[in-house]
Amino acid sequence: MSQHPAAIHASGQADGPFNPGIGFSDPVFQSQAAFRGLLAALSEPGTIHDLGPFAPCPAGLEAATATLLLTLADYESPVWMPDPWQSGEAGAWLRFHCGAAAAAPASAAFAVAPADQAFPGLAPFNPGNELYPDQSTTLVMQIDGLTNGDGLDLEGPGIPGTRRIAPRGLPAGFTAEWARNARLYPLGVDVILVSGSRILGLPRTTRIHAPDPRA
Amino acid sequence: MSFAAQGDTPYNYAYLDEQTKRMIRRALLKAVAIPGYQVPFGSREMPLARGWGTGGIQITAAVIGPSDTLKVIDQGADDTTNAVSIRRFFERTASVKTTEATHEATIIQTRHRIPEAPMQAGQILVYQVPMPEPLRKLEPRELETRKMHGFAEYGLMQVRLYENIARFGEVTTTYDYPVRVNGRHIMAPSPIPKFDNPKMDMSPCLQLFGAGREKRIYAIPPHTRVVSLDFEDHPFRIQSWKQPCGLCGAQDSYLDEVVIDDAGGRMFVCSDSHYCETRRAEGHAGPMLGHQAAGTLAAASTPAKEPRP
Repeated sequence: MSQHPAAIHASGQADGPFNPGIGFSDPVFQSQAAFRGLLAALSEPGTIHDLGPFAPCPAGLEAATATLLLTLADYESPVWMPDPWQSGEAGAWLRFHCGAAAAAPASAAFAVAPADQAFPGLAPFNPGNELYPDQSTTLVMQIDGLTNGDGLDLEGPGIPGTRRIAPRGLPAGFTAEWARNARLYPLGVDVILVSGSRILGLPRTTRIHAPDPRA
Repeated sequence: MSFAAQGDTPYNYAYLDEQTKRMIRRALLKAVAIPGYQVPFGSREMPLARGWGTGGIQITAAVIGPSDTLKVIDQGADDTTNAVSIRRFFERTASVKTTEATHEATIIQTRHRIPEAPMQAGQILVYQVPMPEPLRKLEPRELETRKMHGFAEYGLMQVRLYENIARFGEVTTTYDYPVRVNGRHIMAPSPIPKFDNPKMDMSPCLQLFGAGREKRIYAIPPHTRVVSLDFEDHPFRIQSWKQPCGLCGAQDSYLDEVVIDDAGGRMFVCSDSHYCETRRAEGHAGPMLGHQAAGTLAAASTPAKEPRP
């Protein structure tokens, strides 16, 4: 409808009126509840937490990804997404509801990626620096499922002994890449695995290894 | 559930605006991912002076929700000024349930103690921290201490402890005793007595630390190694007392020394007021319980149901 080029760009669509999608209906309490899920997920890596339903999601994003971005992202935290999303409905939705700027992977506070061929690996993202390891990217990886996949054992802070997870659809070579990320400690990328409305946290302190076949 | 609809406050839920909460929440998630590392955050003005627990209050405000139950302690006691006013602050701004029972609380905000009752999985312990930088008295420049943490250059801290031993025969630090978290970062545990340091190690609860004036947040996830610094030939040890609590007879709790007359009389009582009351209610009695001076002390430590005006 609008002839203004900026409006056309913001909608991500060359035709039709601007459609901002939906945000939280009750921002204070929805973001508080979602944050507690995120806090529990990252402080007890490998545990699965449900952030609750969110629909309709912008094209490409899972419900938990949308909830996470509405809870944490704003004008202080640039977000990277792969290009069809960044320039499309998801990018427009993010800019409208969170006011978050688009960023390159190396300067993103948050990054959202599918675990398919578009997944760029962990290396392009910001691991922080020696003085400020907290300035690293938090990567949200959308995968097929958080259960019923190949078993992996987790160890590290937040885990009494070891904790078994079985995510489905992790990119090939992820555990090797994660081991490289862990060697950067205290620098490194933190990962949140997402499937549907559920999340599983993998902070940089978590060590991942294949289950011991003798066990 | 609409808090604003109640119309009893002009402020947002839990006082802080949503953008501030997001900023604190982002800092908290990074703090959890790097245990013991101090994350800078944009500490806000709060309706009480810095140094009165504004860091802990901001963390609690960013974490708390209507289904939480909050306990606030100051030096172990539920009924001292700081604890009463912070508890009332969250009753009014977050319409949250409060309690004095450690096991009922989902969030415990504390100044300078860890409760005696064991912490449980799922609980969040929020510390008020005056001085988050354990190296500050050794190196006043922030950029230098940041580098020391970045490169794990902690020799200076070992020298400080060594000089203590060389001069006094033991490490004389009794509170805010430095710890190493997850085998990497040296961290100030806030001015808790060193008696409480072992409770931080592999605790099932999540521990969050907020320093409002110094604008730092840090954290210890559950089940994380927290080791008090020591030497092989001078191992870390906690305080001990020759007598039990005068009121409840506890031999396993941290005791405060209380002067009871002007003739040098004194008694030792639990600093954790809820622990002491629980034990007395269970029938435990200390040697001083019937004593005249102890009578006023026991009465005074009975919690006021309503905050005094």
